[in-house]
Amino acid sequence: MASTVEELTGPSAIDPGVEDVVSNSAHNRGNPPSQDQTMVINMGPQHPSTHGVLRLVIEVDGETIVGLAPDIGYLHTGIEKTCEAKFYQQVVPLTDRIDYLCPMTNNLAYCLAVEKLLGLEIPERAQYLRVLFNELTRIQSHLVWLGTHAMDIGALTVFLYCFREREQLLRIFEAVSGQRMMTSYVRVGGLSLEPPRDLYAKIREFLKDFPSKIEEYEGLLQGNPIWMNRLKGVGYLSPEDAIALGVTGPPLRASGVDFDVRRDMPYSGYEKFQFNVPVSNVGDVWARYIVRMQEFRESIKICLQALDGLPEGSIVADAPKIILPNREQMKTQMESLIHHFKIVTEGFGVPAGEATSSVEAPHGMMNYYVVSDGTAKPYRVHMRNPGFATLQALETMCKGRLLADVVAVIGSIDIVLGEIDR
Amino acid sequence: MYEPSSAIKGKQAVFEAHPENAAVKALADLATDAKFDRNELTITVARESIVGACEAVKQAGYNFFEDATAVDWYPSEPRFQITYHILSMSRKERVRLIVRLDSDSASLDSITPVWRAANFYEREIFDLFGVHFGGHPNLRRIMMPEDWKGHPLRKDYPVEGYR
Repeated sequence: MASTVEELTGPSAIDPGVEDVVSNSAHNRGNPPSQDQTMVINMGPQHPSTHGVLRLVIEVDGETIVGLAPDIGYLHTGIEKTCEAKFYQQVVPLTDRIDYLCPMTNNLAYCLAVEKLLGLEIPERAQYLRVLFNELTRIQSHLVWLGTHAMDIGALTVFLYCFREREQLLRIFEAVSGQRMMTSYVRVGGLSLEPPRDLYAKIREFLKDFPSKIEEYEGLLQGNPIWMNRLKGVGYLSPEDAIALGVTGPPLRASGVDFDVRRDMPYSGYEKFQFNVPVSNVGDVWARYIVRMQEFRESIKICLQALDGLPEGSIVADAPKIILPNREQMKTQMESLIHHFKIVTEGFGVPAGEATSSVEAPHGMMNYYVVSDGTAKPYRVHMRNPGFATLQALETMCKGRLLADVVAVIGSIDIVLGEIDR
Repeated sequence: MYEPSSAIKGKQAVFEAHPENAAVKALADLATDAKFDRNELTITVARESIVGACEAVKQAGYNFFEDATAVDWYPSEPRFQITYHILSMSRKERVRLIVRLDSDSASLDSITPVWRAANFYEREIFDLFGVHFGGHPNLRRIMMPEDWKGHPLRKDYPVEGYR
């Protein structure tokens, strides 16, 4: 039962090599590998299909996978530790860099947790804009997934088409925040800037054209026999395994578990939007492809509702001690100048306590756990990133399949190593 | 704005205020402390009973393990706070379980027999905080290099590192 430190700090606990990784994967299976028949293959960290620097130690019998152990940490930058040394508002740009394909979702998850600690009420206009840009981010992230997933399997053309549309979205993000990728647009208490007035027409134009673009991708892929053969029946994950291994997002819904944080535990006003949650019972790579393609269409619906129902009003909460005043006020009002000075030099204090926020990121459920000790710097920030947990299911999905299927499965779980290693 | 007086603190008070909550019912015996703050339920259990507590909430419908992490309260004691977030997909509720550990006995039982998903999270805590999990199938560093000295997320580890 309860173990002591001495029991656990044996040499085997701290000094492993490739052999240990493999023997451990064999340990997880419960049966030892027969020594003269299997071979160990090292895949990554420099491998184009691992979407970053993921290292996989794969044990194969012929071409069939009998064991697989992910080795991560090559991109570890200590973001959680860095957060503890920054003011609350300075953490926002760090969150962009965790999952660099969905910076706005990261910003939102962090801000929701801090706003929960502060007890801030966010104006409806800011909530709608947060939803709008989060869904555009989801489309953008899924476009990168579709392009790279198809490229891994050999359909190179789709990649170019996806990045053509992604470019339009990045221009929209640039227009609204000044940055194409590391937006830092969502801030504690609201948003950083009012979007330019002509931007809404551009977003509408994009959303009007985009359904035909989805059909274009599907025309290239859906009926393609190579695509179908590479995807169908590959990487099966049962709903029980998906829940036991902490899988969330599209892979979870493709395994038949109908759970979406946006609908089931709404945040930022998602309860006001009408949308469907695509679910499939098949559980293979193909099902994950279908679920994400449907999510494109649902995101368009949400974006249009956000644009149609966008209320007038402020984009920041009424909390002058927490939110920076605008330039005009700062230059003309003494009070605002003082607030500006205090926030920039000293930060703002957050009441002691702990809070968890949960959002549905493009890759799955993303939680931020923020602990405050009452000062202007967070005492502890922890991110629950979807890819970290989903990676644990990789062995279950790949075991018994061919080596070439690993690439298809990695593409289908849509991992971003930045969020896994943090 | 947040009102500190809105928090309900203490096992007795929380269990009286939320008698219908499934986690409260399941942990009536095992809980040592509880808190209901900012609409979030936090239940503290003793170090020995964490596996039992996880099994009890799993029985009560909290089927999904979200994450586990730690907070280092250095230099005060008990130093380490291990935090587990458990979600009930059917009830759409979350419960936070907490175990507090002294610095001279920073070890507890692994909950991987209850949720396999805890595997990587416990390795992460072991790597970055140096808390040991008994019965873990593969307790090795996960983020830092294998030959790294120290545990970076401890509060007595400098932000810039030692070099």
